[in-house]
Amino acid sequence: MTTTNDRGIAQMLWDFFCSLKLSIFLLIGLAITSIIGTVIPQVPVPSEYIQTISPFKLQLYGKLGFFDMYHSWWFILLLYLLTVNLIACSIKRLPRVWKIISEPTLVMDDGFERSLSLTHEIKATGTAPALKDKMAAFLKAEFAEPIVTEVSGEYHLFAQKNPYCRLGVYVVHLSIVIVFIGALIGSFFGYKAYVNIAEGSSVDSVESRSGKIMDLGFSVRCEKFAVSFYDTGAPKEFKSILTILENGKPVPGYENVKVIVNDPLTYKGITFYQSSYGAAGDTLYRFSVRKRTGGQPVPLITHEQDRTPLPDGSFMQIIGIAPEVGSDFPGCSGPGAKLEITRPDGRKEYSIVLLNPACRDFDEKRGGDLIFTFDGKDEKYFTGLQVAKDPGVWVVWLGCSLMVIGICMAFFMSHKRIWIRVGNGRVTLGGTASKNPAGFELVFQELAAKLDSGTK
Amino acid sequence: MNALLFYCTLGIYIFATVIYLIYLVKPEQLLGRAAHWVVSAGFIAHLAFTVNRFVEVGHTPITNLHESLSFFSLAVIGIFIIFERKYKMFVLGSFITPLALILLAVSTTFPSAITPLNPALKSKWLAVHTIVAFLGYGAFAISFGASIMYLIQSHFLKSKKLGAMFQRLPSLDTLDDISYRCLTFGFPLLTFAIISGAIWAETAWGTYWSWDPKETWSLITWFVYAALLHGRLTTGWRGRKAAILSIIGFFIMLFTFLGVNLLLSGLHSYK
Repeated sequence: MTTTNDRGIAQMLWDFFCSLKLSIFLLIGLAITSIIGTVIPQVPVPSEYIQTISPFKLQLYGKLGFFDMYHSWWFILLLYLLTVNLIACSIKRLPRVWKIISEPTLVMDDGFERSLSLTHEIKATGTAPALKDKMAAFLKAEFAEPIVTEVSGEYHLFAQKNPYCRLGVYVVHLSIVIVFIGALIGSFFGYKAYVNIAEGSSVDSVESRSGKIMDLGFSVRCEKFAVSFYDTGAPKEFKSILTILENGKPVPGYENVKVIVNDPLTYKGITFYQSSYGAAGDTLYRFSVRKRTGGQPVPLITHEQDRTPLPDGSFMQIIGIAPEVGSDFPGCSGPGAKLEITRPDGRKEYSIVLLNPACRDFDEKRGGDLIFTFDGKDEKYFTGLQVAKDPGVWVVWLGCSLMVIGICMAFFMSHKRIWIRVGNGRVTLGGTASKNPAGFELVFQELAAKLDSGTK
Repeated sequence: MNALLFYCTLGIYIFATVIYLIYLVKPEQLLGRAAHWVVSAGFIAHLAFTVNRFVEVGHTPITNLHESLSFFSLAVIGIFIIFERKYKMFVLGSFITPLALILLAVSTTFPSAITPLNPALKSKWLAVHTIVAFLGYGAFAISFGASIMYLIQSHFLKSKKLGAMFQRLPSLDTLDDISYRCLTFGFPLLTFAIISGAIWAETAWGTYWSWDPKETWSLITWFVYAALLHGRLTTGWRGRKAAILSIIGFFIMLFTFLGVNLLLSGLHSYK
């Protein structure tokens, strides 16, 4: 009694998961719920957003997992259900489809002929065996090699094209499962992290998005970072030069590797992507000062906050620095600095210097006895790298390749079948295709026309 | 040169739309054939504009809303011409050419200046990803047009007002067939666009999928069309229901393309 009951429940569960209605429900459900995460900000949730919603909403959204919706238990559950559903549907339907491929209907009897929408009959002279040979040659030349079966004096020829394309949809289903497996491998054995490396320094661990410190097992040094801009001021290229170090020694082949957006560096399964950059502080500014009366200019190297002594006992300090002064000083685009000079007697003077070579003599026009020039700045950057370890990515690509193959089979290929029945003085042609009936009708009519002209 | 080609295309599309709309009222074979040749000429001008723009900017010209709306319009017209040649059904143009014209007209409201390429877009995947995506969008747009016609036609049938319009529109079966055939092109192309996008994202952002709004909305579009294709397997979802879902799918696709760029912020916001 219990066993039949169990079987009843198992059968019910099986029927539930085999149902196409469940597939449609899950697909639509995934589509609708996915919208939430594109409207509500996802982790890390900006604090500006949190301030705009009521505490009740905040708590509700938090409980429902809306801030990390795509990893919430209910969304993952929907994905698992879809996976089980498509596996169950495939298992249920595959044997039937496999039978069509492996055990094709070789004989077109009257009942089967009536079920075909495309048939054509020709009167032909000659004996059945002779006609059979002629038809076999015709099918081989015009369509595909036929299988011949003799049933009570009549000959049945069957030929088909692309029978395996019927499996396309199952290949797609399998590929989706493989992509999911790849994603699972990535989420269990991989991590995503972010790291800033200042020029000249190196790191041997990174902090993952979940806040864990991940030991790389080697070091990465940022040799140099450079950013170039278009004339409009929009960034053109971010470029990091990275070196991989094992036990403090550069690894051959991984020295001074150029990493730009769309061209990452991979070492031991860990990939470094150019993501952002910033000033690492510690910019050195180079100026020089000379007396109006003559003499060699004296170079001055200073940080932004320094009070730098000058040869005559004065002090110089940067009180303003701008990366672009072209709008205030036409023709002098580029950085500029405002300097405060404190003379030995306590008197203060102010000087404006511009880096643009055409405006190097700008301070001369001030008329002071000390003339300053802006010679350059050595800016230090840090490079912001996205770090990812994803051992599942190859499984995902395998799934994607399979998906492309499966989709091409399922959508762009058609299982075409042709039957010919040869009786005495009579030839009957029948055909069907798994897809695009309108297209197959043209193929069929062409075959029929050729057969007509060939038998006359 | 470029602006000239653009306005030339716009002009020819306006002309073609007018002929197709006249055809809707006065369905004469000659008029339909004329409309077909005019829209074909427009397509060639549009293609010339796109190629010229490609040469001028030095990369696939689908990197901002002006360029992508224009390319969308090109894809719609291109696929429409193929279908028209196959089905010999000019009345489809009365619904499709206005749509393509609107897309091209809307593209003029966005700046057409050649802007330098964002570092993230400098990739060989730019061409594959965008062209495949917009061909898919084009196929969905034709499916949308056929579905609209289906609903109009079935409305006539239901209300038993078999007026002049009824006789001009193709049979329900033909419209359903066109709508479905478009989906069987649009869906694979959308799938390929998502896969190529994932490969690109892996090289550019370090992750093949990050639930960025554009990615998510393209997946939503994929889910909806997948549901529609599976729904057709059970007999209930042919015809009217399928037409309504195809129309919904098209609006979701439009949101994926435009809404995400204009309303939601994310990695894909190339305006």
